Amino acid sequence: MKHVLAALMALGLLSSIGCKDGSTIQGEEEAALTFAPNVPPPITRKHPTKVVVKLETSEVVKRLADGVEYTFWTFGGEVPGKFIRVREGDLVEFHLSNHPDSKMPHNIDLHAVTGAGGGAASSFTAPGHTSKFSFKAINPGLYVYHCATAPVGMHIANGMYGLILVEPKEGLPKVDKEYYVMQSEFYTKGKYGAPGLQPFSMRKALQEIPDYVVFNGSVGALAGDKAVGAEKGETVRMFVGNGGPNLVSSFHVIGEIFDNVYTEGGSVANHNVQTTLVPAGGSAIVEFKVDVPGTFILVDHSIFRAFNKGALGMLKVSGSEELEIYSGKQSDEIYLAEGGTIQEVEGKKPAPQVAKNKEDRIQFGERIYKQNCVACHQASGQGIEGAFPPLANSDFLNKSTRKSIEAVKNGLSGKIRVNGEEYNGVMPALGLSDEDIANVLTYVYNSWGNSGKVVSTGEVRAVSKDVGH
Amino acid sequence: MIQVIFWILLLGPLCVFARGPSSMVKIDGGAFTPFFNKDKDGKDVPIQVESFYLDVTPVTNSQYRSFVRKHAKWRKSKIKRVFADDSYLKHWKSDLSFEKKESEKPVRFVSWFAASAYCEAYGKELPTIVQWEYAASADEKEKLATHKEEYRQKILEWYSRPSIDRLSNVKSGKKNYWGVYDLHGLVWEWNLDYNVAMVTGESREDSSLNRNRFCGSGALGAKDKLDYGAFMRFGFRSSLKGNYTVGNLGFRCAKKIESKK
Repeated sequence: MKHVLAALMALGLLSSIGCKDGSTIQGEEEAALTFAPNVPPPITRKHPTKVVVKLETSEVVKRLADGVEYTFWTFGGEVPGKFIRVREGDLVEFHLSNHPDSKMPHNIDLHAVTGAGGGAASSFTAPGHTSKFSFKAINPGLYVYHCATAPVGMHIANGMYGLILVEPKEGLPKVDKEYYVMQSEFYTKGKYGAPGLQPFSMRKALQEIPDYVVFNGSVGALAGDKAVGAEKGETVRMFVGNGGPNLVSSFHVIGEIFDNVYTEGGSVANHNVQTTLVPAGGSAIVEFKVDVPGTFILVDHSIFRAFNKGALGMLKVSGSEELEIYSGKQSDEIYLAEGGTIQEVEGKKPAPQVAKNKEDRIQFGERIYKQNCVACHQASGQGIEGAFPPLANSDFLNKSTRKSIEAVKNGLSGKIRVNGEEYNGVMPALGLSDEDIANVLTYVYNSWGNSGKVVSTGEVRAVSKDVGH
Repeated sequence: MIQVIFWILLLGPLCVFARGPSSMVKIDGGAFTPFFNKDKDGKDVPIQVESFYLDVTPVTNSQYRSFVRKHAKWRKSKIKRVFADDSYLKHWKSDLSFEKKESEKPVRFVSWFAASAYCEAYGKELPTIVQWEYAASADEKEKLATHKEEYRQKILEWYSRPSIDRLSNVKSGKKNYWGVYDLHGLVWEWNLDYNVAMVTGESREDSSLNRNRFCGSGALGAKDKLDYGAFMRFGFRSSLKGNYTVGNLGFRCAKKIESKK
């Protein structure tokens, strides 16, 4: 009898030790899942549990941009898929259902899974069916999940990705606001903004040239009245993922510096980071305190994606001004610059070079050309088609010396015709001296098949300088 | 007069039968390399496909109703669960009725067992994967068009459309080189040997399976990595079991050509 008691006590002791070290699975709960930009609340329990996750794949037509629709393949009906939050050590029982109306079978590969395929084979599900599998969340971190059904690229390109956070045992430091931001690209048959239901373009996907790069599944999903918000003085944590399928994101918040970045969603924090790389199929956790009010723009700092393809979001911070940290605009005064690109420094001006003959003019003129003209009109005077007219064999130049002098002296804007092509641009007045204008024009007239004319300083002086309005 | 019409009605179909199976066309055999057919050195292994007959369209709801009228054990209320899951003929109102607009649409929510029984009842069988893929490789002008970008993009565009809400009647599209309709762009279709195309669901691992016998490997084993349509069909077939019924999965039948002696 005593032995039995002792044994029972020992068992009790053992199990209580098991509880104390926090490794025994206790209880069961269903995971609360959220759509972006929301994140489920932090996990407060001090022990691992069995977490049941129920996720449904479905194929839905939704807005990609204003007037543009796309058939998204989704985890939960939206892109990105629902955010899953579990605790390190949890046993996750995953139920993946594929909507009966789906055209495709789907599955899920969670990068948080330790096991071949990340759950892909075990979760392969025909339309109208549900698969179940379990895994232990061994490693804490922020992980991407995605569909891995053949052809994988197309399933991801159509929107099948999301994030799962395995919160470390000790939890994450407390912050005031948490948001879910996921970048991805879309490859549409039509160009950016082409209206209607756009089919997937395999050609563009293979070339890795998307028309859309977006945060949270569509252009503007995180902007305007859908911007995320915070109060001045609060700390913000963003769980940032990149679904890809192809591009790596240079994630940046304009006007903020990340106090902490858990690079690649791992455990080590870097500090004082301006821009963090988020790989395709990878993540980062960024944290920062918002010290001043205003609208802070989230971008992929591969910047044409932000302003031309949609990778732009907003964080609106409310509160009173903090002029010591950021003054705002303190004054706006006219800045008058003398001359063009050639800056003057204080001290004795170099004496102007005076050409004695045609050869001098050409020689001096070439130097001026290279300093002032070559960027637009190019080294051989060929110009750039559609933007900057050619100077080589130029009918415009050879027809009227006066007009050419006017262009260099006073600048030129509006429509002109050069060698049969129409140009409608702006050439600024370059602020060159009459002598320099004569030299550079002589150089141009004696290059690339032009007339061979010599322009004198007198001719340039005779053209009145437009002093502005 | 009525009698004349009667005889025309009776004889009309018989005449067709005398020439070949009604509503089928002959697909001339030829050399064909299925999507997954590579040898261990990665070279394409063409297969000689025998000539066969293939239904011009998928089986429609009204055709399928005629079948279950005669063969009661395949009715919704009678079918055994091992032969079809719960959603069998889910879009029908009862054993023998469905909405009128469904009659010329392809039957769906049918299991492999039910589809096989249908074909058998008419002296036919389900097409094999090779037969089906061979016939479906044609576009309107050519027998083998899978290398063409337009062919591929057209199929991708079908996948880019939502599933059920715009399901058309059969024959709404254009017929292909063989005179067959709707192989692409309407519904998925059952194959006799659907379960030998083993994609495990872990598509990236499949290439290591080296199951040449079963043509079953994923991305690396594929003949043509750009033929996403074929990728998806093979993926789709692999997700099925014989009693599964799916909202966009129908079937058509094929028939061997008896050799004349």
